[in-house]
This record gives sequence, structure tokens and C-alpha cells, in this order.
Amino acid sequence: MNHSLAHKQQRLKQRARIIQTIRAFFIDTGFLEIETPHRIPLNAPEVHITPLPSQDWQLHTSPELAMKRLLAAGYDNIFQICPCWRAEELGSRHLPEFTLLEWYRSHCDYQDLMTDCEKLFRHLLPDSTLLYQDQQVDLQQPFERLTIADAFSRYTDTTAWQALKDDCFDELIAITIEPQLGLARPTILYDYPAELASLARRKADQPEIAERFELYVAGIELANGFSELIDPVEQRQRFKNDARIIAQQTNRPLQIPEPFLNDLQQMPPAAGIALGIDRLVMLLTNAESIDQVVAFTPQDL
Amino acid sequence: MYSCSDLKKGLKILIDGEPHVIAGFDFTKPGKGQALYKCKLRNMLTGALFDRTYRSGESFEPASLEERDMQFLYQDDSGYVFMDQKTYEQTILTEEVLGDDKYFLIDNMEVKVLLFGERGIGITLPIFVNLRVTVSDPWVKGDTAAGNSKPATVETGYNLQVPSFVEEGTLIQIDTRTGEYVTRVKE
Repeated sequence: MNHSLAHKQQRLKQRARIIQTIRAFFIDTGFLEIETPHRIPLNAPEVHITPLPSQDWQLHTSPELAMKRLLAAGYDNIFQICPCWRAEELGSRHLPEFTLLEWYRSHCDYQDLMTDCEKLFRHLLPDSTLLYQDQQVDLQQPFERLTIADAFSRYTDTTAWQALKDDCFDELIAITIEPQLGLARPTILYDYPAELASLARRKADQPEIAERFELYVAGIELANGFSELIDPVEQRQRFKNDARIIAQQTNRPLQIPEPFLNDLQQMPPAAGIALGIDRLVMLLTNAESIDQVVAFTPQDL
Repeated sequence: MYSCSDLKKGLKILIDGEPHVIAGFDFTKPGKGQALYKCKLRNMLTGALFDRTYRSGESFEPASLEERDMQFLYQDDSGYVFMDQKTYEQTILTEEVLGDDKYFLIDNMEVKVLLFGERGIGITLPIFVNLRVTVSDPWVKGDTAAGNSKPATVETGYNLQVPSFVEEGTLIQIDTRTGEYVTRVKE
């Protein structure tokens, strides 16, 4: 018998129950569950996300573009739970094939999504506490809300903008700041520098900041949400910039997704979020590694 | 050359000209950010342990290390002297480099010496060594706090726990991987 697979049974049962609970939560609050193709002609160009090719198309890295085309066509509240693929991502919290939950709401912004996160967690954990790797996380209180600027001043000796200039922003977030977030209660880290949010809306009164946030629980980055950029001209410009950088790195020209940009003209103000199901299951089953919450990892196959 | 995707636990790379082994490894990537490769590295010359994070695109030179069968000759002021039995070349390892392995060396013992260039940076011992107990107080009957074991010192100065029936002068077998008592040796 394959013992390591047999040992996963308890966690895989919990995983199934968690996904059923999430699905019920969204359906009961008036969301429509959507399925969109996993294999698509083109993902949004993102400098640090590499899609896996599938013949001359690609596997989607997230259902984001298709979900937003649905918003543009008048679908108000939609969600999807699906596998996604990102090349070369393999670690204790990364698998090249993983499962995302995404939900989108029209006529809402990122603040509404933060509230959704609180509601979803309370629905998943009615007894209001989470014990993860000796860390007791209180879900009774509102989640901590911390701007990127405040996080840098609290946990580092530089500022977010200086860190970007010094090219050490990602290291400071991942190595220094992230392990300290969401410990006593979940943390919502928000208001990112606009250059770090290619599909997010800028704040009306502070154009250097994007209305983007990340949810952290027990030091684990769990979700990324934002108010959607709905200006097709600005979106095209951002895609072009990113496509140019990727083309330089790969020595191959990169197209931008025209059908999406075309539909964006009709899209109402909206907000959307992606939450890693595997990491959520890690948290709720006290698993140290993502390998423990999926039946098979690439190495097992 | 290795790239970031080759990094894994146990890989030996050169950093600033010195061999390092990856003692711990993880991949991470902040949301929308770039891939980061978190390494816990051990300097194989000094034993120093430290963290370093790399980005994709960086490359690493393999640390070329060689393992040779050698015999332990003796210890003197310069250190522990080993000899290649084929070439009769001698290599000296310092006490610092040997660490606790020094307690399991007996004259003429055959070991594998790990070489970085000409420099010996570690040894691989036989799994079991036989050493004579030089100091061990008789077991006090009724001393149940310590269970059935008592402290002992062997000829190399190494201290360990042995069963109560082991007396001074007894030859015992020790597992060099754990440093623990295995059995009495019949003579």
C-alpha cells in the first residue's frame, strides 16, 4: 500500500468538507458558480507569473480575465473554484498546479472584499479560533488592517517606496514582514504601490497607490484582492509595458488579450479576489506543507 | 553551473570561493512578486550556518569535493594526521573541522576524508567503533531516577550513557551516527 497517500486521507476528507462549505457560503449569499475554460489562448501578461504552454495555447494562471468578461456582460456576483497552473512554482506553499477560489462583485470595491473575507472565515470556523503550528489566531475580532506603508515602518527600517527603488521590496515582504502578519488575528495588508498591481484601480486621491490587498493568516499569504481597473486605455498601456518586459526576458514577442480589453469597455465598477484553497486547507488542517493537502504532488506522479 | 531551479537540500556550491552545503531550502513568492529561493547554507570550512535568499536568474558554481580513503595515523600539535594509503600523501585536519568525530578516531582507523582541493574538510567514520571504558562509577542499586543507565567515559575522552552492567575496562561498541552505546564487545 502507498502509505504516504493513505495517511493523507483524513486531511483530504477535511479538504472536501472545506470546499463544500465555501461553495455553500457563496451560493447562499447569492453568488453564481461559474466554470470557465482552463485552457486559453492567452493569459494577462504578468512579469512574475509564467504560464504553462498547452499546444499553442496556455493553461490559465487564474480565471481572472474570463470572470471579468462575465462581469462586463452583466453577471453581478460570481465565483469559481478551479485548478490553475504556474510554471516553476514549487515549495512548501507552492505547487505548479494548485486550486484557486476567485470571487467577483460588481459595484463593490476592495473594502467590501475585506469584509467578505471576515465573513467567509467566520463561516468556516464558527468557534472563532484557529490553531496553526502553535499559533493561536483569533477570528472573533475584526481582521487587522495594515497599509503597506505602515507595515514597512513597523517591521523594517526603510519605506516601501525606497525598497522599490533599492530593488528589495519582494525580499522585505516575503522574508521580513510576512512571517509577522496574521499571528494574533488575520491581517489585511493593503494599499500597494500602483506598479505592483497591474490589473487594479488606482486610488482617486492618491494615484501612486492601488486599491489592492493581501490577506495573511498565521504568517501565510492566503488571498490577493483589488478594486478592478476598468479603464481599457490604461489597462492596455499596463499590458503593453509588462508584455515588453516579458518579451525582453524571453526573446519572444508577446500578444495582449484583445477580447478581454474589448469587453472591459462595458465592465461596471467591480472588485475581485483570488484565494489559495490549498493554503486555506493547510491552515484549517494544521498542515506544515502544501504537499500534505493534495492527493498527488508532481514528484508523486 | 547550477541555476536556481537546481537548488535543493544537500547541494554543494561555491560562495566567495568556499564550499557551502544547502542545509535547508524553500521556494517562495510574494503575491504578484518575483520568485525567491530561500536557502539555509552551511560553510563547509567553518561550519557557520546562515540564511541567504536568491532570485531566479542567479547561477552557482558547483563545489568540487573529493572523498578519499585514508588511514588515521596520529594526533599532534598540528592536528589530526591522515594518510592516503595509495599515494602515502598526508593530510592534516584540525580539531575544529573534526568536531565530535575526533572522539571516535583510533590509531590506524580507516576513514573517508572529504577534500576541498588539497584541504581536508571532514571525515566519514565507520558506522561502529569499539572503544574502551576508562571511567565509570559502579551503578548504585536503587538509583531508579537514571533508569538502568549510568555515565561513562571512554579512552578518547568521550562521555556517554551506558547500561549499569558495563564496568571500567570493558570494550564497548558505539554508533558514530548517534554517538550512543550499542553493545559490549566480546574479547
